[in-house]
Amino acid sequence: MIVDLERFVARERPFWQELEHLLGRLDADPERTLPMEDALRLHYLYQRGGAGLAKLSALPGETALRSYVESLVSRAYGQIHETRGHHWGTSVWRWFTVSFPQAFRRRRREFALSAGLLFLGAAFGAFALRVDPSAKDSLVGFGHLKQTPAERVAKEEKEQSQSDRMAGRKTSFSAELMTHNTRVAILTCALGMTWGFGTTISLFYNGVILGAVAYDYVQAGYTRFLLGWLLPHGSVEIPAILLGGQAGFVLAGALLRRRERRRLGERLRQVTPDVLHLLGGVAILLVWAGMVEAFFSQYHEPILPYDLKIAVGLLELFCLLFFLSRAGRHARD
Amino acid sequence: MRAIEADALRIRTPEGVTFSLPLAGPVRRCLAMILDLFCVGVIMTTIGYLVRALSLVGDDVAGALYYLFYFVVSTGYGIFLEWRWRGQTVGKRALRLRVVDAEGLRLRPTQIVLRNLLRPVDTLPVLYLLGGAVSFFNQRRQRLGDLAAGTVVIYEAAIAEPDFTRIATAKFNSLSAYPHLAARLRMRVPPAWIAITFEALLRRDQFDPAARLELYRELAGRFQAEADFPPAATEDLSDEQYLRNVLEVMARRR
Repeated sequence: MIVDLERFVARERPFWQELEHLLGRLDADPERTLPMEDALRLHYLYQRGGAGLAKLSALPGETALRSYVESLVSRAYGQIHETRGHHWGTSVWRWFTVSFPQAFRRRRREFALSAGLLFLGAAFGAFALRVDPSAKDSLVGFGHLKQTPAERVAKEEKEQSQSDRMAGRKTSFSAELMTHNTRVAILTCALGMTWGFGTTISLFYNGVILGAVAYDYVQAGYTRFLLGWLLPHGSVEIPAILLGGQAGFVLAGALLRRRERRRLGERLRQVTPDVLHLLGGVAILLVWAGMVEAFFSQYHEPILPYDLKIAVGLLELFCLLFFLSRAGRHARD
Repeated sequence: MRAIEADALRIRTPEGVTFSLPLAGPVRRCLAMILDLFCVGVIMTTIGYLVRALSLVGDDVAGALYYLFYFVVSTGYGIFLEWRWRGQTVGKRALRLRVVDAEGLRLRPTQIVLRNLLRPVDTLPVLYLLGGAVSFFNQRRQRLGDLAAGTVVIYEAAIAEPDFTRIATAKFNSLSAYPHLAARLRMRVPPAWIAITFEALLRRDQFDPAARLELYRELAGRFQAEADFPPAATEDLSDEQYLRNVLEVMARRR
């Protein structure tokens, strides 16, 4: 019990002020770590502040003073008891070549689910178009995909033989693709927080469009054009969207695993690094895919032979699969 | 150890100290978000002018720069500021809000990134309806992004300490000779009584004289019931002077 509040405050105030100053220095630079001497002092001041707070808690009328000391103790508690890393981590190169592929392999079941849903959607899209060709506008009702494959191929090949239709807008088109696709991948991941329903719908819907377009071109006899157009960027872009879905299912898995004894917060905290590794990797892949789509995919024969484009696409796909399955295997994350 | 009381996150440290963090309400969070959207708009307008001014790089590159800047600013605004300002953006700072770890620990970069990247799902279908609904039914007022990242948004109330010098008189305070009774009052008297008495003394001239006497008599009676000062210290005091002296000895500190 504090009998003489006046004396108590006079004695403790210098320590509170010192603690406030120390915490202010730490707040000003989130990356700062204290030398041992300062860390020991911080711990002492925290304990002293905590003891003072316990005494003040017996005084219901001292709201303002208690709140002040409470805020100091809570801030110091956060600094002292946080043993998890609070820095941005290792170099970008190490993260990309080790942390990202390792996270992919740790969560391969979620990737399989993601891929399965996309291909299920694709199968449905192809089937739907086969059963009801008039549904094309509803399935792929946007942009140049509304045209028949024959019209589009004829138009684009003719335009290219006359002039560069992408001239003067390749860079901005590339940036638009990168940012748009990254947003789609982030949303697909974020929808994992709807217990995975949103992620499922997003992947299935994207699969429906992909399947319907693929069926449309294949049945019209333009398979080489389709592969030459889609593979160079799609071999990276589609896996990137699948990785976004994978990250979403990792989140959904943490929400749904109720039989585990850990609390929801702990389960989510455990999967957070993997979700962020996957999303970071997705962003890098989509930058590449955006550049390829704007600067390479949009050029067809006679400028670029379809076989060359298909070969490039397959090579990219092989490199990506090799990278994801092998990179950082022996390194410790 | 963590517990949730009405609109506050209460944390008990391993040392046995308990502190509570008041949770932010939906209106303040909404206002902070509007302010942040305005800030992003201002930044993007400025960048738009700058990009147009860069006519040297051509329309194509300028357009690409605008797309990239828009993405970086709209996605990175919250991440960058919440990291540099320890859980605050411009809007949160103006509304006295702060993002903190749900366990009271230090906010980590991964938490900041995740809660901001998951924002799109909270905005669905429009105007943060999903995130708002989730936080409404969540005890810790967490939207989906907060839930995933293990963060909560708290309100850092500016607690104004009553300025007791405004009611103090230059007279000798006969109660100051009894610090143990003042200590007892501090332990027993609820904050609401102190606030009411303080306001009643400040507004003395707004009361009808008879009502004022009655009010002060009632308030003095409540304080006397908690700590009975000896008659020698109170016998010549009016109820009003008694209340002024009580508040002064309770608040006395350097």
